[in-house]
Amino acid sequence: MLREIRPAITIMLALTVLTGLAYPLFITGIAQAVFPRQANGSLIERDGRVVGSALIGQSFAGERYFHGRPSATTGTDPGDATKTIPAPYNAANSAGSNLAPTAKALIDRVQEDVGKLKEEAAGAPIPADLVTTSASGLDPDISPAAALLQVKRVAAARHLPEAALRALVEQSVEKRTLGLVGEPHVNVLALNLVLDGLKMH
Amino acid sequence: MTGNGWVQIVLFAAIIIALTAPVGAWLAGIAEGRRNFLTPVLGPVERGLYWLGGIDPTREQSWVGYAASMLASKAAGFVLLYVLLRLQDWLPLNPAGQPAVPPDLSFNTAVSFLTNTNWQSYSGETTMSYFSQMAGLTVQNFVSAAAGIAIAIAFVRGFARRSAKTIGNYWADLVRITLYALLPFSIVIALVFVWQGVPQTIGPYVDATTLEGAKQTIALGPVASQEAIKMLGTNGGGFFNANSAHPFENPTAFTNLIQLVAIFTLGAGLTSMFGRMVGDRRQGWAVFAAMGILFLAGVAVAYWSESQGNPLLTALGVDPTLGNMEGKEVRFGAPLSALFATVTTDASCGAVNAMHESFLPLGGAVPLVNMMLGEIIYGGVGSGLYGFLLFAIIAVFVAGLMVGRTPEYLGKKIEAKEVKMTMLAILCLPLAMLGFTAVAVVLPDAVAGISASGPHGFTEALYAYVSSAANNGSAFAGLSANTPWWNSSLAFGMLIGRFFVIIPALAIAGSLAAKKTVPPSAGTFPTTGPLFVFLAVGVILIVGGLTFFPALALGPIAEHLAMAAGTTY
Repeated sequence: MLREIRPAITIMLALTVLTGLAYPLFITGIAQAVFPRQANGSLIERDGRVVGSALIGQSFAGERYFHGRPSATTGTDPGDATKTIPAPYNAANSAGSNLAPTAKALIDRVQEDVGKLKEEAAGAPIPADLVTTSASGLDPDISPAAALLQVKRVAAARHLPEAALRALVEQSVEKRTLGLVGEPHVNVLALNLVLDGLKMH
Repeated sequence: MTGNGWVQIVLFAAIIIALTAPVGAWLAGIAEGRRNFLTPVLGPVERGLYWLGGIDPTREQSWVGYAASMLASKAAGFVLLYVLLRLQDWLPLNPAGQPAVPPDLSFNTAVSFLTNTNWQSYSGETTMSYFSQMAGLTVQNFVSAAAGIAIAIAFVRGFARRSAKTIGNYWADLVRITLYALLPFSIVIALVFVWQGVPQTIGPYVDATTLEGAKQTIALGPVASQEAIKMLGTNGGGFFNANSAHPFENPTAFTNLIQLVAIFTLGAGLTSMFGRMVGDRRQGWAVFAAMGILFLAGVAVAYWSESQGNPLLTALGVDPTLGNMEGKEVRFGAPLSALFATVTTDASCGAVNAMHESFLPLGGAVPLVNMMLGEIIYGGVGSGLYGFLLFAIIAVFVAGLMVGRTPEYLGKKIEAKEVKMTMLAILCLPLAMLGFTAVAVVLPDAVAGISASGPHGFTEALYAYVSSAANNGSAFAGLSANTPWWNSSLAFGMLIGRFFVIIPALAIAGSLAAKKTVPPSAGTFPTTGPLFVFLAVGVILIVGGLTFFPALALGPIAEHLAMAAGTTY
């Protein structure tokens, strides 16, 4: 066993330098040179201020914006650091609800959310993504059905023709990669940025 | 289920089938020490490492020597990672100002990463500095994977060699696999990830002001470099808490496909390497086929389950078309989430792109059963192959008993010593998984960490110990595992699951290598045909099924029946 000590220590240290420092820093160097936007988080700036990341969802509650999915992320209570409070779309602490399919807490939460959307849905079944929390709590997307459901509300709040807004949503749908992989989705932040742009012009 | 969902699953399977032979040829070249096109660049690095360690790569080791070197590298790796985590606040690259990692969590994390489990009782973005992620965790992502592949190669040498005393040199295998297999593949994958949107920066977290005027702090980091080896080495430890569900770890359906392929490709390639090294490629494809049958069975059940809406939500007026969306991301939907959950637990990866705890009961049972079977469906890099071959030994032993002949596998007589060692390796897993669960469900300290009630609460605890002993690392993540009880008991589960399989496996390798090879005769049970494939699958399912069925009945099966009856907890 004694003669294993030298290789054990030297090889572990050398591999730390190679795979733990050289490799990630090499990737960082290339990434920053070739793909600087992606490497730094695909940030979106408007009027010189960072308004978010193209890949990270954010919380929308107002009538004038399309809403994303419910988010189960939490944050530290500003009043008491030992407690956590709900903080939707906290991009510094990703998390899902991890509720069981048979959890009463899940059923109660969904029932409440369905109640809020009943009128907007006008009797149709509610798209599942609009009343379920995502795995990361940061899902930037909603399903096309969930976006179309909100057209009427947003159009009224922004005094836009409903048909034009519906067409805009349909244009915003990102299809499956190569028509095969993934699910069709609408990036909520991107859509809302387009809406704000419409107002300015 | 939709046609498109199945097309995605078939596309993934086709890519794996296409990659198996070339990857196997590449790995066989590394195992046999042949030159390749990277030798001119990496050869000097390889020789430098041998010089530093005082290693003669041509000096071969007996199985005991091989195991001793492996344990020494693990001990050194443990100390290095533990100290690094404990001193995190003193070390550089810590823009978020993360404090030192507490002792029980550091112990759990160090064991977790060196055993290739990557169970995480912490959230990456709120616990780990960039330095810890890179110089601590990424390193073990490489080394634990390379060690797993090294053991598999040594095991295969046991079959391939005749009357030999040695099974290779551990240090040479470790270095060569890291340099020629893991590092180059990781560089390519990491750069593709960055192109697709995975961050790679050592800059601080960014504060954004959202469209509605709120402040949103966005965690960043050197994510892509870790993400690549996390998948390729079937490690599975996420940079962020949400793992591959996080849009920064897995931003698009395309990255998701690469992640899935990266999980399986080395494990599948190793079956082909096995066939090449024992001189009959059909032997490799027979193993591949048995694994493929189990994969398809798992993904079919998981996809069927998750493509249905939760009936309790459908009753409230929720549209079931998209499937069970709680804990899933819209860009992946039910098909890619079910496929990912199956693949990550067929292999011992443990990365997740959806929260397994929120799967419907039978959908969540698929990852659980995959891990209970020992993750031998392509499996963890290396551990999948030697784990499967242990079951293959039992299969030929059973076949031998049926016809009253001394069983043989690949010309090696399977005798009492091999069967005893195999059973030791196979039985230690259920012992750790079920034993710890039994204690945890009655111990108040443990029960306090379980978030769910009813049968699901039992499944949550069972999943944790199954995942740790199988060295998977995925979780029913509602569990509050960052407590002294969970951190330490899970760490012991991981150690048992890793070393009580590896050491008997190496002992078998040493014993087989020393034997003569018997030429096949008319009475030899052929291990390349469908009969062997189905026998192996049967042995795997019966050993797994009979051992774990009572626990499954108390957990997911009971919950499924409760859900059908409209019961909530």
